[in-house]
Order: sequence, then structure tokens, then C-alpha cells
Amino acid sequence: MELNSNLPTGPIESAWDRARFEMKLVNPANKRKYNIIVVGSGLAGASAAATLAELGYNIQCFCFQDSPRRAHSIAAQGGINAAKNYQNDGDSIFRLFYDTVKGGDFRSREANVYRLAQISVNIIDQCVAQGVPFAREYGGTLANRSFGGAQVSRTFYARGQTGQQLLLGAYQALERQVGAGQVKMLPRTEMLSLVLVEGKARGIVTRNLITGKIESYAADAVVLATGGYGNVYNLSTNARGSNCTAIWRAYKHGAAFANPCFTQIHPTCIPVSGEYQSKLTLMSESLRNDGRIWVPKTCGDKRPPVQIPEPERDYYLERRYPSFGNLVPRDVASRNAKAVCDEGRGVGETALGVYLDFSDAIQRLGASGIRERYGNLFDMYERITGEDPYKVPMRIYPAIHYTMGGLWVDYQLMSTIPGLFVAGEANFSDHGANRLGASALMQGLADGYFILPYTLGNYLASTKLDKVQTDYAEFRREEAEVAAMTKQLLAIKGKRTVASFHRELGKLLWDHCGMSRTAKGLQLAVTKIRELREEFWTNVDVLGRDNEMNQALEHAGRVADFLELAELIAIDALHRDESCGGHFREEYQTPDGEAQRDDEHYSYAAAWEFRGLDQPPELHKEPLQFEYVHPTQRSYK
Amino acid sequence: MRLTLHVWRQKSASDPGRMIQYEARNVNPDMSFLEMLDVVNEELTVKGEDPIAFDSDCREGICGMCGFVINGVAHGPRRGTTVCQLHMRKFKDGDVLYLEPWRARAFPVIKDLVVDRGAFDRVIAAGGYISVPAGSAPDGNAIQVPKQNADLAMDAAACIGCGACVAACPNASASLFTAAKITHLGVLPQGQPERADRAMRMVAQAAAEGFGSCTNIGECEAVCPKEIKLEVIARMNRDFIKAAWTNRGTSSATGGAG
Ligand SMILES: Cc1cc2nc3c(=O)[nH]c(=O)nc-3n(C[C@H](O)[C@H](O)[C@H](O)COP(=O)(O)OP(=O)(O)OC[C@H]3O[C@@H](n4cnc5c(N)ncnc54)[C@H](O)[C@@H]3O)c2cc1C
Ligand code: FES
Repeated sequence: MELNSNLPTGPIESAWDRARFEMKLVNPANKRKYNIIVVGSGLAGASAAATLAELGYNIQCFCFQDSPRRAHSIAAQGGINAAKNYQNDGDSIFRLFYDTVKGGDFRSREANVYRLAQISVNIIDQCVAQGVPFAREYGGTLANRSFGGAQVSRTFYARGQTGQQLLLGAYQALERQVGAGQVKMLPRTEMLSLVLVEGKARGIVTRNLITGKIESYAADAVVLATGGYGNVYNLSTNARGSNCTAIWRAYKHGAAFANPCFTQIHPTCIPVSGEYQSKLTLMSESLRNDGRIWVPKTCGDKRPPVQIPEPERDYYLERRYPSFGNLVPRDVASRNAKAVCDEGRGVGETALGVYLDFSDAIQRLGASGIRERYGNLFDMYERITGEDPYKVPMRIYPAIHYTMGGLWVDYQLMSTIPGLFVAGEANFSDHGANRLGASALMQGLADGYFILPYTLGNYLASTKLDKVQTDYAEFRREEAEVAAMTKQLLAIKGKRTVASFHRELGKLLWDHCGMSRTAKGLQLAVTKIRELREEFWTNVDVLGRDNEMNQALEHAGRVADFLELAELIAIDALHRDESCGGHFREEYQTPDGEAQRDDEHYSYAAAWEFRGLDQPPELHKEPLQFEYVHPTQRSYK
Repeated sequence: MRLTLHVWRQKSASDPGRMIQYEARNVNPDMSFLEMLDVVNEELTVKGEDPIAFDSDCREGICGMCGFVINGVAHGPRRGTTVCQLHMRKFKDGDVLYLEPWRARAFPVIKDLVVDRGAFDRVIAAGGYISVPAGSAPDGNAIQVPKQNADLAMDAAACIGCGACVAACPNASASLFTAAKITHLGVLPQGQPERADRAMRMVAQAAAEGFGSCTNIGECEAVCPKEIKLEVIARMNRDFIKAAWTNRGTSSATGGAG
């Protein structure tokens, strides 16, 4: 396998322009002769499918929910970044680029990130024109707020439902194309395999989640926009159905998987309340604009928060990071929360929590001011915990939230399999070892509205593609494999539920490959994951049949893939003998406990190639060069 | 806490279906309603019985995937709350609960508590958008929107498309859903060029899907987890009537405004 990132050369400011100029174009009349499969209808998938359809390509778009509008992007709360500098506070494309490269702890590609920052401004324009009801000032102009890792106010938002509104904008554009007959939408259809013909991605095999029917779809190119794999940890802020199946099965067909251990832990989530817990709920990072984080100064102080006087509180982020305070990036905020809880200063029944306190902000802005900004988040908190955050401080704790790793792609967003493009959270492209808040929505829409429409055209125009049909042997073979796996899962008839395996796997990863990692813990994790996987394939109990709606079977297939991916995550974390961004190895830290990178040995993207489950994967390195933002130790002090 | 559940079980669209009784033991008040069902399902699986099928995804009240009727009320007893955000502390030990799927001609049952809401997507496809191909937009601040209008648009745009409004309506009307989108786009300057056409087409599509018409009962507003206001229906009716009168809509409408 060869990694060719196809990065443009020359000045970074005009690199994307030059790359676009050099791309081959598909003649408008010929576009309708091409079929493209888009798997996923989140921000990345819906925007790509709609835009490619507007250009005239025939699109088949897939999602596992009952409607494309329910993709997990819908849950994003806080906002989307753009270098508009509407606030006149010193923002620029270069500053957004700089913040993102630095925030990613120098493990992303400069050219990609620069392009993302450039496109960010077009995204806002596009979304406004679509009718996304962004927050406004009284004068009618767009409003902004600040997010972690930035000192300018560049985040656009629609109350606490930014993802919902951006997704509905993309969904409506998509439905418009469905109405026009340019997109065929296939909801409740899960991709279970990728089909290669003569080495190129030419189709997928799916299971119809209502009838159970295994079917094939052929195309000239395939786009995967299937979201992140955070649910490998079982408890995460992702939706219940979020999974790695599409990208994992593409990996097993030859697509390299990059930086799987770069997972993001979000500092502000509602703490776990019991064994039955099915997911963790995020309290948007935007809350850190007005909330102050603290724990008691003394260990084991069990007084209710209001009874703890000011001098006995430790606002540890403000103390340790005076210039960024509560707005330090996520990895830093999460690690610090863990540290104070490890010291025994955690709050709440489980002592795994810290306070996020709004009393100062309520004094300043009044309860109505706070309701205006965060009303729906406060309501959600109250519903889940039964406590009123207008009266008592919220309790929060870090949780798995986002995965920076994903399928490796080149500058054109193409994986190592020709014709297989990957967009949104499913790829590894822009966030390095840590993503800044409000940048995932930006990336998903950049990929879908403004990058894939060019790069896919370039691929189609420059590649000879014979017609393929779903009765080809390649399709038949994949269908047979998918059907066999389904049958096998149903035939085991063991003693443990799928959910119990998922819980055990999640706990294993959280303990050994979560907020902080050690070589010893990771070695143990690899062994235990293998054992658990073996047990799964001999002792899982999946009821029902394959030719009907069977939710346990769907879950079983996803957990089977998580059990394989988890091992790769641990292997990747073990090989990276440094700390960077969300990957914190206890062995590598500065004297004051910050992440210590090793640029000399690890300034690369780690792309893993599958060689069979009984063989270790092969590591390929894509070296990273920094010409514009010089790597320094990140400091938010 | 211990509860008795009577759950609608239906193997497939063609199966007649019936209520079956289950006991939910060890219910923790901090659980969400769906977590309670997860636990019931794990116990059923261990006993070798087919688990109860129900839809859910985000489990934070925003994706609109979950939804069923609890004791006759869509999404259950707490106002402004989806079933995934309904917590067991809302119930008492010994409560008896009847769980049924959304019932509407336009939402056929797929299995147990799962229904097909594809009709909603087709209503949006008929006109619930602003036509603006990627790349053709002016600068974001070139289009100024008074804050009140932006807020009004956002209130309507908060709809999650769960279908509770249809399930609660004695006429199984989709008026609240359709009107929320017509209002969201219709109060914004960007939405004006297609405003008349949008109202005509979406209303016609809703009728074609088999949703009933609105007789102003207001059950929809009472169960809407996003508390979308009935007034959006008045706005829809105004847009529809105006469009029909001036005959600006290019598509012929069948059926009334809701
Ligand atoms: C609670 C929460 C809050 C967030 N808040 C913010 C924020 O404020 N700002 C920000 O920038 N980012 C935020 N993020 C991150 C951001 O929302 C996501 O990274 C982003 O929306 C992912 O978009 P996507 O299009 O890549 O994938 P998704 O939206 O996850 O879409 C995945 C799609 O793929 C489909 N799919 C998956 N697997 C298959 C399969 N096997 N077969 C068929 N279809 C499949 C799904 O049906 C779905 O349509 C947040 C994330 C969470 C969890
Ligand atoms: S599961 Fe998403 S709204 Fe309930």
C-alpha cells in the first residue's frame, strides 16, 4: 500500500484554487451518465448527496434511521465556526487555520486545514440562504459566541440546536433532489459490505432493516459519510445507532485506517447514573462561556455546593490556565477533571463529577438572559437529573464524544481504495489529535458542499470506468459473505446478550484507552479484547430471524465490528509513544502534567492496513510537514 | 419500583397484533423510559422471548426517532418531552402502563411500536425547502433578518418530525408538522420567492398521503415535544388561501389547507 496524499505545492493561500483549476471536469451533459452511492445522510452525506445531485449526477443515498433527517448530526448543540470576522475582533482565515492546527496538537495536515478555514465562510453563506435560522442581533445581523481553544468569537449558532438546523437545511436540499428524481433515498438500509471490481470501489451490499433482505447496489464511485465510531466505548454522547460498520468493512477491504486512537473526550457531559445507562448526554461546550468549573478544595467535602464558601472552592481551570480559563480545549479540560476526581475531590454520589456553576452568570445576566442562551440545555439537564441548574450547579464529567481518527484520505478525500471517498467524521482528515469545538459541523459541510463535488468529478473524469452490474461475481460473493455472517450470529444461541458484550467492551476501553493510557494497560486491553471477541462468537444470544426487522441482530453486527476495531485502537495507542491531544500516555508528560509530544519520532499520521484478523495490521506513515504554523508545546496558560 | 406494562406486539405489517402483559421489576427512578424498556428487553432475551421493537437513536429528544403512546398520550405524561427524555421518576411504584404505536393511516405499523413515517419526508420533498444550489449564496450578512423573525422561524424550525401531532389528532392530520415548516421558511426573507408554491404543494402532498384535515382541536400542540404553537397552522392556512386565490402556485392542490 502506498500513501499518496496528493497535497498541492506552492503557497498555501492559493493551493485549493490551483488544485481546483488542475482538476478534470465532467461535461454537464455527461454527469447524468454517472451513478454515485452516498452512504450516510448526516451533514457530510446529505450535503454531498444534495450538491452532487444539483450538478446532475444520479445519487443513491443510504441511512439506517427511518429518515435522513435523523442522522446523528442532528444532536450537535453548540455551533459552527467560520472565519467571517463579523465581530471585528481580529479573526481571519489564517487565525482559524492556526487555531485548528494548534488545537489538533500538530497532528493534522496544514493544506487540508487551510482549505477548511477558507471554505468556512462559504458554508455560513450557503446555510443562511437555505433558511437556517441562525441567532441574530437586534439589528438583524448574525450573532456569534466563543468556543474552547479560541480567543475570538467566531461560532455561529441556532440556540442550542445548531446541528439540528444545519442538518435540516441539508436534508431539505436533499429532499428537494429526491422530489426532482435526482436522488433515490434508501432509509432503514444498512451498508454491510463494500464491493470492489478490478480494485475500484463499485458498489455496496446492504441489509434492508424492515425485511432483512440482502441487496446489492452498483455505482461509479462510493462515498462513505457514516459518522464517528465513539460507540466502541458503549457509553458516549453519540446516538445509540452510531457505528463503525461501514468504515470497518471498508478497512477490511483495503482502505487504510488512520489514527484510530485519536478519540475525543468531552469535558462537559452529565455523569453516569447506573448500570442501565444507555448513553451519555452532552452539555454543550458553549456553557463554558458563562459557567465556572470548580470542585471543593478539600478531599471528601460532601457538603451541598451552596454551603461551600468561596474560599473553599477550587476553580482549577481558572487557576491553572489564567488566559483561557474555563475555555481551554477539550482534552485539557477533561484531563484536569479526571485529575481532581482522582485526588478525591470529585462531587456527586459517585464522586466522578465536577461542578459547572452559573450563579455568577445568573447574577450578571439574570435567569432570563441565561434561558435565552441555553434554555434547552438547562431543560434537558433538569429532565435527566431531576435537579434545577438555575438553582444548583450542574454536575458534569468527561465522556467519549468524537473520533478524530477514521479512514485515511488524500487531499481529494479519496481513501486508499480508488473510487472510495470518505467525508465527515468518518475520515481522519482535519482535526489531528484533538478537535476544537464547533469544527466538526464545519468540516462535514465543507466536505459535502464544497470539496467532494469537485474532487469526485475529477476522479470520474480521469478514470476509465466500465459499466458494472449487481449480478457480477464480485457482488454475489460479498452478498454470500454478508448472509453467512448474519446466519452465524443467529446460530450461536449462547447465553449472553449483545448489550452485555457491548458494556464489557466499553468498560475495558474506557479503563485502559480512555482519558489516560499506559503501555501496560494497553497491552492488557489487547489481550482482553481478543478474549472477549472469542467469547462473543461462541456465547452471544441473538433471537429472532434474519428475514424480519430484528434490532438485536443489527446491534450484534455492530458490536462484532466494534470488537475488532477496539483492538486496532489499542494497538495504535500502544505504538504511539508520546502524548498528543486526546491521546495521553501517562509515561509522556511534562513536569506540570501536560501532554508531551515527540515530534522527532511521531510527527506522522499512522495509517493501518488490514492483513487478516490473525495477523497484526501493517503500519504506514504519512509524514507531516509544518511550514506555516511552527510546532510548539501547546500552552493555554 | 415495579410496573406492569401492556405492550402492543405485532410481528409485521400484515400481522393483526395484540396487547401482551409484562412486569418491569427493579425500575430505577433515574432511568429514562427507553432504558427501562432496554432492561425489560434484556430480561426477555435471557428468557428466550422476542424483545419489544421500538425506535430510538439520539436519546436526547432531538432526532425525533422515538415515540409511542403511553396510556393514551403520545410521548407520555410529561409535557414538552419525548419518550427518550421521559424519566421513571415521573411514575409511581405499581403503575400500569399501556404502550401502543402511533396510529394513523399514513403511518403503517412495521413491527410492535415501530411505524413507517416516510410520508413526512415526502411532504418535505414536495416543497419544504428553499432552492439554493451550493455556491450561489450571497454573503451571510447581506440578508438581514429582524431578530423577532429569526426567533419565530427558530420556534417553528424546532420541529423534530416525530409524528406525535399526527398520533394525537383524532383526524390524524399532519397540519402541525406541515405548518411548522411552512412557517419557518415563510417568515424569513430567503423563503419569500417560493412561499406560495410551497404552501400549495406541501398541503397537497399531505392530503395525498392520507393525513386528515385540521378541525382545530389542538391535541397536536398539547403533545408536541417541542411545544410548536397552533398558530403556525393559522399562518399555513393564510399562505395557502392567498396562494390559491392569486393562483400563484404552479401545482394544483387537492384537498384543503389541512
Ligand atoms: C451530542 C453532540 C454534540 C455535538 N455538538 C457539536 C457542535 O456543537 N459543533 C460541532 O462542530 N460538532 C459537534 N458535534 C460533532 C458533530 O455533530 C459530528 O461530528 C458530525 O455531525 C458528524 O457528521 P457526519 O455527517 O460525519 O455523520 P452523522 O451525522 O453521524 O451521520 C452518519 C450517517 O451515516 C449513516 N450510517 C452510519 N452507518 C451506516 C451504515 N452502516 N449503513 C447505512 N448508513 C449508515 C447514518 O444513518 C447517518 O445518516 C457534536 C456531536 C455530538 C455527539
Ligand atoms: S431518540 Fe431521538 S428524540 Fe428520542
